[in-house]
Amino acid sequence: MPPQPRLRVATTTSLYDTGLWGYLEPMFEQKYNVELDVMYAGTGKALEYGIRGDVDVITVHSKAREEEFIAEGYGVERVPFAYNYFLILGPPADPAGIKGLSPEEALQRLMDSAKASFVSRGDDSGTHAKEKKIWQAAGYAYEAVRKAGSWYIEAGSGMGPTLMMASEKQAYTLTDMGTYLAYKGKLELVPIVDKGDILLNVYSAIAVNPAANPKTKVDMAHNLIAFLTSPQIQELIGSYGVEEYGRQLFTPCAGAEPK
Amino acid sequence: MELWHGLIKAIELIISLDPEVMEIAGRSLQISVAATVLASLICLPLASLIYFSHFPGKRALINLIQTFFSIPTVAIGLFVFILFSRAGPMGGLNLLFTPTVMVIGQMILITPILLGLTISALSGIDKAIPDTARSLGASQLQTATVVLREARFAVVAAVIMGFGRAISEVGVALMVGGNIKGFTRVITTAISLETSKGDLELSIALGIILITIALLVNLVLNRIQQR
Repeated sequence: MPPQPRLRVATTTSLYDTGLWGYLEPMFEQKYNVELDVMYAGTGKALEYGIRGDVDVITVHSKAREEEFIAEGYGVERVPFAYNYFLILGPPADPAGIKGLSPEEALQRLMDSAKASFVSRGDDSGTHAKEKKIWQAAGYAYEAVRKAGSWYIEAGSGMGPTLMMASEKQAYTLTDMGTYLAYKGKLELVPIVDKGDILLNVYSAIAVNPAANPKTKVDMAHNLIAFLTSPQIQELIGSYGVEEYGRQLFTPCAGAEPK
Repeated sequence: MELWHGLIKAIELIISLDPEVMEIAGRSLQISVAATVLASLICLPLASLIYFSHFPGKRALINLIQTFFSIPTVAIGLFVFILFSRAGPMGGLNLLFTPTVMVIGQMILITPILLGLTISALSGIDKAIPDTARSLGASQLQTATVVLREARFAVVAAVIMGFGRAISEVGVALMVGGNIKGFTRVITTAISLETSKGDLELSIALGIILITIALLVNLVLNRIQQR
């Protein structure tokens, strides 16, 4: 292997499964003459890679845990670069009758009926964190939900596999908009609940702090973040997939928290 | 019908020498051949040494080696990950998420198989052969060489087993390689990813290639054995 400058980014699965990273990777590599290694992992695992210093940048979507990561000295700065919304998918017949409800009410209904299956990521990812947050807002302790019955299924895998499983089992599931649109053609599921402030999904990039892990390539990491938030790439993120899926997967929001 | 459709598409991908499929298959082959060759260079002499020496606890050692035949690949993956993570003892080498560390992981994985099966192979040889060699004045090394040559069928079978385990495993490759496109993505990790994405054609194509590689390796090694 000839020595080559390499930059490692651990990304949440939704930015990988939608193909966004595959699309942006060659542009970045060409611009900065660097080999970009993109690893997909749930937010929890991506943060863990960052803590151990095994990657130089992370792109994740779980605000509270990102802030914790930075507060503990592992990350430099949280830079939001795109957002979209989560939505609850389910079988077209909507057996639990949750259409039109708020996300919180929808989960309450699922809990009460205890019949219609729900597939959870169950992998400590950003989507999983969001799901826990909605359960909490709906008035349930998450541990109680996990023990609620066999209708609550923990997949323990990425967004794509979880969608495939939910479709196979004709179950409800929480997904980000981007992955849903990218997988739509393969799923026998439809959007059931897609309105509610709690469903906002913000993606940010964080350079791993060289103070905690001196060997990480912080300069190139900052180049990547500058790249992601540059006007040209922001425009490409905004238009990514529009032609193929008929609607926007990600809304760019360079450096600012969306309202 | 999905399977049929996938199969046809898979054959198309193979016949057209699809660059992505070929690249992944080539990398799998490189990594697993490297791991098997390097591990064999260490394990075959070591196994002879264990077989020909007499020491207390030899039986127990062999039992232990055989127990490790069935160690889960993810356990090796975890071990190698912790070892080579930047926060780990070998972190300074900066090898995590590279093909090199995948070779190391696969070497560790197949070492027990190579050791154990080589020892079994040697045990199957008529005791008269080493005795005769020694009585004719052969050194320890020459005796070991004679016995290894006599046992070559079974030894080659051990190497094939080792290679088979290396190229078919997914745990180590995924955990320490990271499944990076164009760098550490191999057949098994690609199948795992593509299946989870619902892209069955590519998965089937890679599966067929994996079996074909196994077949070719067996044919080549069998040819060598018959010389």
